[in-house]
Amino acid sequence: MFLRAKRLTALALGPVLMLFGLLQAGTAAAAAKVNEINMSPGATEVGQRIFDLHMTIFWICVIIGVLVFGVMFYSIYYHRKSRGVTPATFHESTKVEIAWTVVPFFILIGMAVPATSTLLEIYDFEDAEMDVLITGYQWKWKYEYLNESGENVAFFSNLRTPQGEIYNTEDKGEHYLLEVDEPLVIPVDTKVRFLVTANDVIHAWWVPELAVKKDAIPGFINETWTHASEEGVYRGQCAELCGKDHGFMPIVVNVVSKEEYASWLSEKQAEAAEIKKLMAQTFSMDELMERGKAVYDRSCAACHGASGEGGLGNAIAGSPIATGDLAGHLEVGINGVPGTAMQAFGGQLNDVDMAAVITYQRNAFGNNMGDTVQPIDVFNHKKG
Amino acid sequence: MGDHHHGPAKGLSRWLFTTNHKDIGTMYLWFSFAMFILGGSFAMVIRAELFQPGMQLVDPLFFNQMTTLHGLVMVFGAIMPSFVGLANWMIPMMIGAPDMALPRMNNWSFWILPPAFLLLASTLFMDGGAPAFGWTFYAPLSTTYAAPSVTIFIFCIHVLGISSIMGSINIIATVMNLRAPGMTYMKMPLFVWTWLITAFLLVAVMPVLAGAVTMMLMDIHFGTSFFSAAGGGDPVLFQHVFWFFGHPEVYIIILPAFGVVSQIIPAFSRKPLFGYDSMVYATASIAFLSFIVWAHHMYTVGMPIAGELFFMYATMLIAVPTGVKVFNWISTMWRGALTFETPMLFSLGFLVLFTIGGFTGLMLSIAPADFQYHDSYFVVAHFHYVMVAGAVFSMTAAVYYWLPKWCGKMYNETMGKTHFWISFIGFNLTFFPQHFVGLAGMPRRIPDYALQFADFNMMSSIGAFIYGSSQILFLYNVIATIVAGKPTSDEKVWDGAEGLEWTVPTPAPYHTFETPPKIDPGHAHS
Repeated sequence: MFLRAKRLTALALGPVLMLFGLLQAGTAAAAAKVNEINMSPGATEVGQRIFDLHMTIFWICVIIGVLVFGVMFYSIYYHRKSRGVTPATFHESTKVEIAWTVVPFFILIGMAVPATSTLLEIYDFEDAEMDVLITGYQWKWKYEYLNESGENVAFFSNLRTPQGEIYNTEDKGEHYLLEVDEPLVIPVDTKVRFLVTANDVIHAWWVPELAVKKDAIPGFINETWTHASEEGVYRGQCAELCGKDHGFMPIVVNVVSKEEYASWLSEKQAEAAEIKKLMAQTFSMDELMERGKAVYDRSCAACHGASGEGGLGNAIAGSPIATGDLAGHLEVGINGVPGTAMQAFGGQLNDVDMAAVITYQRNAFGNNMGDTVQPIDVFNHKKG
Repeated sequence: MGDHHHGPAKGLSRWLFTTNHKDIGTMYLWFSFAMFILGGSFAMVIRAELFQPGMQLVDPLFFNQMTTLHGLVMVFGAIMPSFVGLANWMIPMMIGAPDMALPRMNNWSFWILPPAFLLLASTLFMDGGAPAFGWTFYAPLSTTYAAPSVTIFIFCIHVLGISSIMGSINIIATVMNLRAPGMTYMKMPLFVWTWLITAFLLVAVMPVLAGAVTMMLMDIHFGTSFFSAAGGGDPVLFQHVFWFFGHPEVYIIILPAFGVVSQIIPAFSRKPLFGYDSMVYATASIAFLSFIVWAHHMYTVGMPIAGELFFMYATMLIAVPTGVKVFNWISTMWRGALTFETPMLFSLGFLVLFTIGGFTGLMLSIAPADFQYHDSYFVVAHFHYVMVAGAVFSMTAAVYYWLPKWCGKMYNETMGKTHFWISFIGFNLTFFPQHFVGLAGMPRRIPDYALQFADFNMMSSIGAFIYGSSQILFLYNVIATIVAGKPTSDEKVWDGAEGLEWTVPTPAPYHTFETPPKIDPGHAHS
């Protein structure tokens, strides 16, 4: 009830807020503002320049609009037939017509100058201090830290909002649809270059407050960069329609101090070393099932249904693949089914997770194969 | 046929076999209105789902089918055919021709449309669902990752393309060959001029669209890799080809609208159109520029800086001829004697809202700023200001303006004005807040959104329901006029209207200008 009343007030206040919002210059704030009506200058210098450019052109348009509509409404009021006016008969004026062709041309040149210099700055990819490879997948992001010494750090970033919130059985949290299981972490005051690509269809990596939007195109690598000057959590979303769950692949970037970043990175590297060790181990059915469920919910449930009932993808429950030959099951999981939405997960899941999720699919949802898959099986299958 | 004064045939065969430009125009207009209602009902589904955060009514895949079909049906089924219908009715009457130059082809170009859209709509019931990749159908989402119905979709696009090309050839042939003696090019009504230029645009770019979908077909069924990097192709190539069609396409939609407004504003200002010559030149310049700006839809695909700058400058230039047009319309009103009947109200609504859409278009042309606007709701707001308030408002104005001439009866003015005000308010309530959510970071084509966008989305949905339902009033008004409107037999229904169409009897007889009218050589354009 309270929420509804609040919403109605907000609706009524909308137009008023619009005016206030236009007047505020806007300061960089990491928290999303309800009913925000303008672009955010964000946390970068480039973002501030884009914001200034946006406001300059906005105000030029407002001034032209006031003049043009002013003349129009003057005419609508004073030149109406009911006031008994006699219509004039003029229908051209070379001087005036030349003027309103030439003057806008010069206004445009005035706009093009700052636009060009901002664009040149955005296109300056030199002197990046670190690189992150961003890969778009249906429907999640993969982040890989390049040029690092020690273990390679790479992970997927999935939507964390529970299905219950989306389907209205639970209350929605503060960062509804804009929260992930594992955010991208980058250091503050550092020029970070992003290499953006995709694995399946075209996606676009957009974080408004970092002033970055770049298409992720399968088979090509795009460059872009950011230089955040304030620590904080910045949220964004995929901007290019990429299929069913396009609206459900958010981006969260934690900008942290350089020290915090260094310790985070070494922790991730230790984790990666740990996984490497796990690869050589043998797991019990219970261990595999537990790990497998987590992997399934994260990577498979979107298409195959939370209880394996199917959806965009085939049902897992009773599926001829999940209840058939193990090699065939591994093949589909690792290499996908070309020409369909079933992706090759071999590069997305490590061998431990792959072994766990295959085991899980064969022994959950009423499937009862009783066999386990070990990381070494996955490794061998990949080797062929 | 000895009898030149025969009337229409009886029954269904009149409509199936007709070669009469008025019959075909009427069919085009009714068909496009039916598509407007169909595409509109898809929009209602979209806005109902977006009324509140969370998924309530449809699943995300169906939502994508709705956004895709809404765009396709509105662009290819509602707006384009409605202006072709208007061209059929009005161009022969405006240039003093007895009919279109190629009447049998005219019949065919209409009659292949309904089956094409029936097929397109039928994809909703197919395995895997209707196309769900957006009306811009970017590869590889529309090739490797598409539902099987994409093949039907490709076939439909081919049929629509054939229809459009035939319609355009007909218009070009009619305007070039069938003008009454003395009707020189620079005396043609502006509506005829804008359509002539539009027809050339269509003939130039529809084959490009056909090429794009043919490449898709090859990629899907015949093992080619035009749009797949894995086989040596490039997904971005698709976007270049698509937008080389797509940008002229937006002018194909808006130029006839410019023409309509250029007829109506002088009529209700009781003053000749200001700057006729510059209007013609501005239209031609816009048409030329439309061919060299396509990549401004693709600023974020990773073009080299030189390309980025070229497309930015070229796009900004469009503001010049567009500005000329707006200034001319306002100067036409200046010191006129204005009245505000429904056609004029819709034309003024067009003028104000199209200009706002023009401003946001200018903002979008600025490449660095577009990195933030691109694919957000700001873009959705922008193109609905030019498509709906531009094309649809002017089309509505045209129907009210010429309806009395078509059927010899007056529509109900009060109901017409009510229709305008509800449309105007509903439209702005729908699309103005979308500028805000877009700037605040809401991407387009998402079925669900973060909580901070909730209030404006609710406003938008309420506005959409208002705008949508106001069209029922429009339908009622038109039918009531045809069935029981107040008869009028004035040749000139509107005292300020100029042009040959106002010299024929009201209602316009089945055949007009069987002998060409005499054009006073001293008389200026109409």
